[in-house]
Amino acid sequence: MVLHSLKNCLWLSCGLRTPKACFWSTAGGALVIQSVSNDVYQNLAVEDWIHDHMDLEKQQVLFLWRNSPAVVIGRHQNPWQECNLRLLRQKNIKLARRRSGGGTVYHDLGNINLTFFTTRKKYERMENLKLVVKALKALRPQLDVHVTDRYDILLDRQYKISGTAAKLGRTSAYHHCTLLCNADKFVLSSVLKSPFKGLKSNATPSVPALVKNLFEEDPSLTSEMLLDAIAKEYAVQHQIDHHITLINPTDETLLPGISNKTKELQTWEWVYGKTPKFSISTCLNMTYKDSVLDIKVNMDVKHGRIEVCNIDLPEKWLPPELYSELVKSLIGSKFCPNETTTLVTTLLRVCPQDDELHSRWSLLCENMIRLM
Amino acid sequence: MAAVTALRSSCRAAGRLVCIHRVRSCSSIRFIKSKYVCVFDKSALKFSHQQRLFRTSAVSCGQIVQFKLSDIGEGITEVTVKEWYIKEGDSVSQFDSICEVQSDKASVTITSRYDGVIRKLHYSIDDIAFVGKPLVDIEIDASKGVASEEDVVETPPMSHEEHTHQEIKGHKTLATPAVRRLAMENNIKLSEVVGTGKDNRILKEDILNYLAKQTGAILPPSPKAEIVPPQRKAETVPSAPKDKARKIPVPVSRPIAFSEKDKTEPVTGFQKAMVKTMSAALKIPHFGYSDEIDLTQLVQLREELKPLAEIRGVKLSFMPFFIKAASLGLLQYPILNASLDENCQNVTYKASHNIGVAMDTEQGLIVPNVKNVQVCSVFDIAVELNRLQSLGSAGQLGTSDLTGGTFTLSNIGTIGGTYAKPVILPPEVAIGAFGKIQVLPRFNSKGEVIKAQIMNVSWSADHRIIDGATMARFSNLWKSYLENPALMLLDLK
Repeated sequence: MVLHSLKNCLWLSCGLRTPKACFWSTAGGALVIQSVSNDVYQNLAVEDWIHDHMDLEKQQVLFLWRNSPAVVIGRHQNPWQECNLRLLRQKNIKLARRRSGGGTVYHDLGNINLTFFTTRKKYERMENLKLVVKALKALRPQLDVHVTDRYDILLDRQYKISGTAAKLGRTSAYHHCTLLCNADKFVLSSVLKSPFKGLKSNATPSVPALVKNLFEEDPSLTSEMLLDAIAKEYAVQHQIDHHITLINPTDETLLPGISNKTKELQTWEWVYGKTPKFSISTCLNMTYKDSVLDIKVNMDVKHGRIEVCNIDLPEKWLPPELYSELVKSLIGSKFCPNETTTLVTTLLRVCPQDDELHSRWSLLCENMIRLM
Repeated sequence: MAAVTALRSSCRAAGRLVCIHRVRSCSSIRFIKSKYVCVFDKSALKFSHQQRLFRTSAVSCGQIVQFKLSDIGEGITEVTVKEWYIKEGDSVSQFDSICEVQSDKASVTITSRYDGVIRKLHYSIDDIAFVGKPLVDIEIDASKGVASEEDVVETPPMSHEEHTHQEIKGHKTLATPAVRRLAMENNIKLSEVVGTGKDNRILKEDILNYLAKQTGAILPPSPKAEIVPPQRKAETVPSAPKDKARKIPVPVSRPIAFSEKDKTEPVTGFQKAMVKTMSAALKIPHFGYSDEIDLTQLVQLREELKPLAEIRGVKLSFMPFFIKAASLGLLQYPILNASLDENCQNVTYKASHNIGVAMDTEQGLIVPNVKNVQVCSVFDIAVELNRLQSLGSAGQLGTSDLTGGTFTLSNIGTIGGTYAKPVILPPEVAIGAFGKIQVLPRFNSKGEVIKAQIMNVSWSADHRIIDGATMARFSNLWKSYLENPALMLLDLK
């Protein structure tokens, strides 16, 4: 395997002028590249960049990447429904929304990601997955791996080791998939379990599956070996030399506009705001002094912002003006703990300074915030 | 009456069949002679069997075209509509994104084939859409005579015989209608532009680069002046900054239409919180009091203590000292740590010194507070500040961190400035803001000029219950603690 550093690559002169750039003049109709970054947003931005700017007519691309711990949800999914957001925040695990469809996955360095870039016409997921299976079998012939018609790869006929998603644009398309080599299964299962009850949405739901690491099947396997085997198979099938070009997703000269793409993927508007409209109908169990209260809460959230909010409080538990102030502030606000905390604590400044009132308010608000 | 002609012409360059639908309406002679219109010689055209009937109203000459959902691939026949990027009444250009559909883990962006105005969306969100069935109805803007379309198979668009003035040496210049319009609006001959697209196709970027290079070209003062009103698509003139990550180096003298409009957004979230707080603060009659502090000794002390704090894993700034000194001062002047009730009937002297620290985060201003500073050491305060700062930048502050404050300090000097006029945060009655620490020349007791570390403090207080003298005395005491840190030792509890 030969790893080419970027400095040794040739630039074709069609740089900024053309909307589709064709850099790295390698002989042959395909190219294998690998990201030097483990930042999920940077790597997703590279996918966007290649999809938007590369001329895939002349050259297909295989992009290899790995991320530090992150949960990646599909384009049309609901993060509240798909994962345990509180746990993610506690463990400092990033949350990203990709542009392709499909379900939610957990990434860490024990998981490898493969993206197959082709023109829209040459978009063919089954072929790509068969390539991966072929590569795995070439590496370890005894592995029982096969592709299902749901585009998953199963190990031993029952454990999912790879999930697939795809994005199609006007002229180009990409199909990416994961491959579990040695990911932390414990974190994976705890993080992908949403504690949310009473959430109604038309967002694409994930289909939970039993997973296994390839490492468990054969401890001699490493992520690097798998990446190399797949790159080799790709090179053979596309009749190119087996070498992997490294790219740096922060290189603005090579990938003009990439930092904007990276930034956009991290905005709240993209990660949370793109959630399809959903509604919550749940019950807050609050213990106040000696009594236990069951407060029904109904909310509608659109574009990640609260559209409708109803809290069924016992009469006079809070002064009615304060209650209506609370509801008025929440409507239009992000369904986000940070923003809600700021709002409710601010409201507390401008209401009567009464300890009893303050403690009730704090109790209610803390429970509301816990929902987010 | 509308005359519709559909034609099939062979693409000489690619040697493949391209299906082009040509729509012409309103057989007025003025229309035909307009330079925006493609006039064609009928004899050169072959009529295809595909004819469409279009309705035209007397009001507009636009043709409504049904844009069908094109083939997704892999034998897929139906998809779910997930998001619309446009709504009825919006103008679209060719290649603009119309909607996002999903099918079996694949998300597909559907782009427009036409320039025009969206007249009807055939599906709502979450509906199932069928391949080959109409997705949207687009009214093609016939008064501009632009109506050529391409097949989904992406072959280069044909340049038509009628554009005789665009022919150069027998070559046809290839360009999409959007590009042609841009060229026409800027009085550019396509023949003079170098195309960098496929088959030397002229792209938007080529026109814009050409314009940028022109130093003495005659251009209309504003493209809008040239366009015959009403221009429905005025704001989608291609020179609008839709180009991906591209800056157009245009000299200032030629204002190429850069359609920047005012942007109105609702006030939500952090801004809403600020509006509430500041509106309430407005009711408080503020008075200000400022002074200069010589921090030379404190700077030295901090330098000595910083590494010791780091060993304990804590970042030590000046704030813990300012906060502790303020608390010591509040012990002598408890009225500054009080709260006035709504009717101004009662003053409540708060027992705890919960000193708030203004923090600037990405989302905006938040003020978490350090609880019970009166029983904390400077180190304790530093630890707590570190905790609040990391939570604040992660956006994870809790309600208890943000409530219960009794007195606030704002170190705006870390960003810059000297004097400030801080606004009191209700229900508090006082606030202090610090400018930056500057090295300035001052006279010492011997009358010599020395280098001094000077910082300005600006206090604001509620004049209903606090008078200038109290504020001044508090400030003097606070100042003395900081100018002579050893004095703090004497009064530490």
